[in-house]
Amino acid sequence: MPLYLNEDQQMLHDSAAEFMKGEAPVSHLREFRDKNCKDGFSHALWKQFAEMGFTGILIGEDEGGLGMGHVEAGVVLEQIGRNLTPSPFLTTSVVGVEALNAGGKALRDKYFPGILSGDTVLALAVDEGPKHRPDQIGMAATREGNGFKLDGKKQFVVQGGSADTLIVAARTSGSAGDDKGLTLFAVDANAQGLSKNSVRLVDSAMAAHLEFDGVLVDADAVIGEVDEGDVVLRRLLNAGRSGAAAETLGVGAGAMDITVDYIKGRKQFGALIGSFQALQHRIAHLYSEMEIARATVLKAQQMLDEGSSKAELMVSVAKAKAGKATALSVKEGVQMHGGVGMTDEYDIGLYMKRDRALQEFMGDVNYHTNLVAEMHGY
Amino acid sequence: MMSDLETFRAETAAWLEANCPPEMRQPMVDESDAVWGGRNPTFKPGQKEWLDVMAAKGWTVPDWPKEYGGGGLSRAETKILGQEMARLKCRSPLSSFGIWMLGPALLHFGTEAQKKHFLPPIARGEIRWCQGYSEPGSGSDLASLQTSAVDQGDHFVVNGQKIWTSYADKADWIFCLTRTDKNEKHKGITFMLFDMASEGVTTKPIVLISGQSAFCETFFDDVKVPKEYGEGVSSVVYEVNKGWDVAKYLLGHERSMISGGGSEGSTSLGAKFADQYGRDEMGRLDDPMLRAQMAEMDIDVLAFRAMAERFGDTFKAGLCHPAQPNMMKYAGTEINKRRHELIMAAGGSEVLEWESEASNGGLTARSWLRTKANSIEGGTSEVMLNVVSKQILHLPGA
Repeated sequence: MPLYLNEDQQMLHDSAAEFMKGEAPVSHLREFRDKNCKDGFSHALWKQFAEMGFTGILIGEDEGGLGMGHVEAGVVLEQIGRNLTPSPFLTTSVVGVEALNAGGKALRDKYFPGILSGDTVLALAVDEGPKHRPDQIGMAATREGNGFKLDGKKQFVVQGGSADTLIVAARTSGSAGDDKGLTLFAVDANAQGLSKNSVRLVDSAMAAHLEFDGVLVDADAVIGEVDEGDVVLRRLLNAGRSGAAAETLGVGAGAMDITVDYIKGRKQFGALIGSFQALQHRIAHLYSEMEIARATVLKAQQMLDEGSSKAELMVSVAKAKAGKATALSVKEGVQMHGGVGMTDEYDIGLYMKRDRALQEFMGDVNYHTNLVAEMHGY
Repeated sequence: MMSDLETFRAETAAWLEANCPPEMRQPMVDESDAVWGGRNPTFKPGQKEWLDVMAAKGWTVPDWPKEYGGGGLSRAETKILGQEMARLKCRSPLSSFGIWMLGPALLHFGTEAQKKHFLPPIARGEIRWCQGYSEPGSGSDLASLQTSAVDQGDHFVVNGQKIWTSYADKADWIFCLTRTDKNEKHKGITFMLFDMASEGVTTKPIVLISGQSAFCETFFDDVKVPKEYGEGVSSVVYEVNKGWDVAKYLLGHERSMISGGGSEGSTSLGAKFADQYGRDEMGRLDDPMLRAQMAEMDIDVLAFRAMAERFGDTFKAGLCHPAQPNMMKYAGTEINKRRHELIMAAGGSEVLEWESEASNGGLTARSWLRTKANSIEGGTSEVMLNVVSKQILHLPGA
């Protein structure tokens, strides 16, 4: 498979680009932020996502979705990143759907119709501390009656306040650090004993701290097999990480484009500042980094879609490389904008904030760099 | 049912297994293990057999048309051949500026007669070429070159000096940029081909910081270059005074070739060094800072490898920006330099040894020093960034 978008994927790219630019550009984010909207996204826009078919992009055709892959999900996510669109697409249609795809038919039948129609929103509850450490999950799920009782805390649950259902990773046996013994649950957001504290993040997205105090769930809430949650978790993390990498890429590319435009128009010392070699070399270097990140992200997505045994390695490479390149893009962007880069009026600062949040989502550059060393056996 | 490509992969793997001599499935130790062919070739065991069987199949240049000595393979088949050779650890049968640089230029700009005359001996490794581009006063500003070629009816007379001519002392022929019009800059340059055995050609190797002498100074003193080497085989590629078009095209190829360094080394540096460096009780490389740098390098190498694949695919499909080779050259050479810095840091004092047997004659240090040229030769990193700024990002001129 050549490492560029095929004709169908290019068409999807064009329609996603047009849609996001038309319906949810950066001004849309500003509007929601300034209204202090507690949901963090527009339900009307989520319905439009459904009408475009985006919400079911990873749902099989026989189940009413588009039956596409990670490359296509990434195409949509890149446009979300480019426009800083507030949307539950990543947590619902990429991470959530991939988790449910790893589970049984009953759960898919229960949740997919709502996702396809743009009514259901899913959120993922994995992190328990300020850094992403899925191997250290300690939250307890103990057998109780026909099901389980959940006790513990989760944080950085993006869209956790507005989600209808939470995908929760908890420990049914063993202790923190063990490979086996994890179980994934689909938990109703209104379950008794579950308290949510929704907070606004630096990028204006909403994320929740969750506290589970004896939350009871039925056995049929289990996604996949009990104690075998690592299989489901691996799959949803791969989807989330490659998806976040694609969104990050959109943020970096968007920031680079507006910066290139800015330095082509700003004059100082009687010259366009974009004519200064001091800036040209830095932005040309950035272009190079972004190009490499783009190739890396697409490679990881293709490998996931092919079911390659080395996909996981490439996903970490992609999350790290896209993270590094985009961090450079937003930092250079603010610096090259000069004083106006510090103002809320200019968009470049918003790109810097979104990048920071995406860096932490499902593992930052350091986390994935460490994983790459581990996967290489050192 | 296997698809055509799956069948091709299986047959290719079987053929390589059957035909690649065992010596040619060992990793190359240094540059002396490369096979350059030419009129006076030197071969180590297995090298000649490997070159001959591969050349007979056209697989020294798998994607060239069969009538010019190539394998006539499609892009997908060429990729598969490369993958299978890498998987079976088969060495490249032939290193050649003819293949990497002159060939692509001739395929694009050459006449049918020139292609038929010059390409097959390149594919078979019979003629070794060198490149006459840079001059003492014309480095980054290559188009200011002064080596003159004066039209004398049925031949040109060439006078001047080239520098950094790789392996000029070992080359049979040269593709050379000469000035045919002193009143023009870019439009007064001609791309010509001539025999290094011609009277008036002398070469002098330059000793580099690595102690090696791959580059030469090349002097032309009233060298007679015929206008034709037989019926219709002109010594000028494209047209007189249009050599800059050929040179630019060829620099694209050179830049993507040098960038290939970024993907050198099939295994992870960290995995390799953990064994000799020692591991902690968790099995981790026993130096956390070095381990982190190694992992960063792994990421950059794997990322660049994806970039190289994408570059190749988009280039073949005509989807790639024409100035993209400049970005590839910049990124690939910078990664390669960093990689060798890291290898030196990991090796510590042992890799400082310059002549000892244990250090294989200072191989690690010499290779490290050699990579410093990567971001200078074929256009400096700074020139690459200028080109990206102007041609891809369309930033205003100073």
